[in-house]
Amino acid sequence: MLLGKRDWAAVKIIVFLLSLLPFLLLVNDGINGRLGANPIETLHFGFGDWALRFLCITLALTPIKTITGQSKLMRFRRMMGLFAFFYASLHLLVFVVLDLSLSLDAFKDEAPKSPYILMGLLTYLLLIPLAITSTKKMQKKLGRRWIKLHKLVYVAGLTALVHYFWLVKADYTEPLIYAGVIGVLLAIRIVLYCRRTANLLFYFKRG
Amino acid sequence: MLIKTQSNILSSEITDKAVFESRREFIKAATVLSAGIMLPGQGHAETGKYANVPVGPYSAKLQVTDRNDVAGYTNYYEFSTNKQDSTVLAKALKTKPWSVEVVGEVEKPGVYNLEDILKDNPVQERIYRFRCVEAWSMVVPWIGFPLGDMLKRFNPTSKAKFVEFTTLYNPEVMVGQRSDVLGWPYVEGLRIDEAMHPLTMMVTGMYGDDLPNQNGAPLRLIVPWKYGFKSIKAIVKIRFLETMPETAWHRSAPNEYGFYANVNPEVPHPRWSQSRERVLGGSIFTAKRDTEKFNGYGAEVAALYSGMDLSKYF
Repeated sequence: MLLGKRDWAAVKIIVFLLSLLPFLLLVNDGINGRLGANPIETLHFGFGDWALRFLCITLALTPIKTITGQSKLMRFRRMMGLFAFFYASLHLLVFVVLDLSLSLDAFKDEAPKSPYILMGLLTYLLLIPLAITSTKKMQKKLGRRWIKLHKLVYVAGLTALVHYFWLVKADYTEPLIYAGVIGVLLAIRIVLYCRRTANLLFYFKRG
Repeated sequence: MLIKTQSNILSSEITDKAVFESRREFIKAATVLSAGIMLPGQGHAETGKYANVPVGPYSAKLQVTDRNDVAGYTNYYEFSTNKQDSTVLAKALKTKPWSVEVVGEVEKPGVYNLEDILKDNPVQERIYRFRCVEAWSMVVPWIGFPLGDMLKRFNPTSKAKFVEFTTLYNPEVMVGQRSDVLGWPYVEGLRIDEAMHPLTMMVTGMYGDDLPNQNGAPLRLIVPWKYGFKSIKAIVKIRFLETMPETAWHRSAPNEYGFYANVNPEVPHPRWSQSRERVLGGSIFTAKRDTEKFNGYGAEVAALYSGMDLSKYF
């Protein structure tokens, strides 16, 4: 089935609204007092989980495209990446405004004692330049350097995982699932990269 | 002579039927509101199995946490590592009949029925702060009795230097025990002087009623100056011994969880600060509370640790 320009615009809006849904549901739970005994934690973990999920989706698009040949998927890469940044920003905002109550003293006490907080901050710092340069204009302007810069998303995926592993008390099931997903996605890329390099070498030798 | 006819009563003076019929709810709500400013000597709960039990010593005059928060947010890894899931899964546990095996350095070992234990140890209510190692806290009106009173009845020998407690092991019902996130069964321990301290409680209820399963029914420990994981749930065995027992969390991560586990803002967990705590039940804009050494019970218990380096014996 071929979709026209208008259809694609509609699909994009639907995907956008679906991606916003976790945020709307959490806000709705908050308004109706359904965030449980520790509402700040529910919001904090909820936004963090969704940041990681959108990071996984973003990382998955290119390998899925390569394997299935569905190049239309790439139209959603920017949106997915920006949603990962959106949820990461909310995650950080809940930490700073609600958990720390904007107290610099609390931050200065807690951050050095918590390697996972530092790793979370590092992950966010890595995402900032990616969000800033996500526009088409910047993509054109930076050219090849844009591709290089956006390889940082892999680093962010790995630091996000470390951030998660370091805060868990005993049950590593959930971070292990994310590690599995990100691990497979990275492995596919490495295999594809090696194949491409091998092909190039093959042509080089022949030529 | 003035005869008051019905028409003299303004319709605005008549209580709306719905309001009148909800008067019990109103009284209940008023009771909950006044709980924080209760008079001493009066139990927290006015209804329930343990309504109006006497208030024991050391009970704090603090605003208690909403019961639903206490019953809806539990670390009970025997059922699940998720604090909400464990509250639902724990409902499957059968807590009657229940008995406790008493063994080790004691003159009267044996298997004791919980009913008999409760006959010998009249319950009282004590409002204590409860501080989790994960840096959140709540205030709970526990129903129970001093652990020391119970232990003395078993006549511990002079060799009894430590007391070890064990949780039920039953992976059929305690589904969390099917995976080895912690070594099972859960084991906790106290030094004998800590166990005999009048603050230390054996708990069978909260908020004037029996303990909900997820909160450790039918019998749990409460040691208010220690992190919550010391306060072991669903106890089936008590052992008196001469040497320090190995405990569940210490066995799992010895560098992170010590035997003592006294609440101490000066000694951070290796991966997070213990300086502050999130008090459950506040608004989302309420700042965290500064954690007190020994959870605020320093006047009573600090002497137990005089001369000890608390950063070494954490």
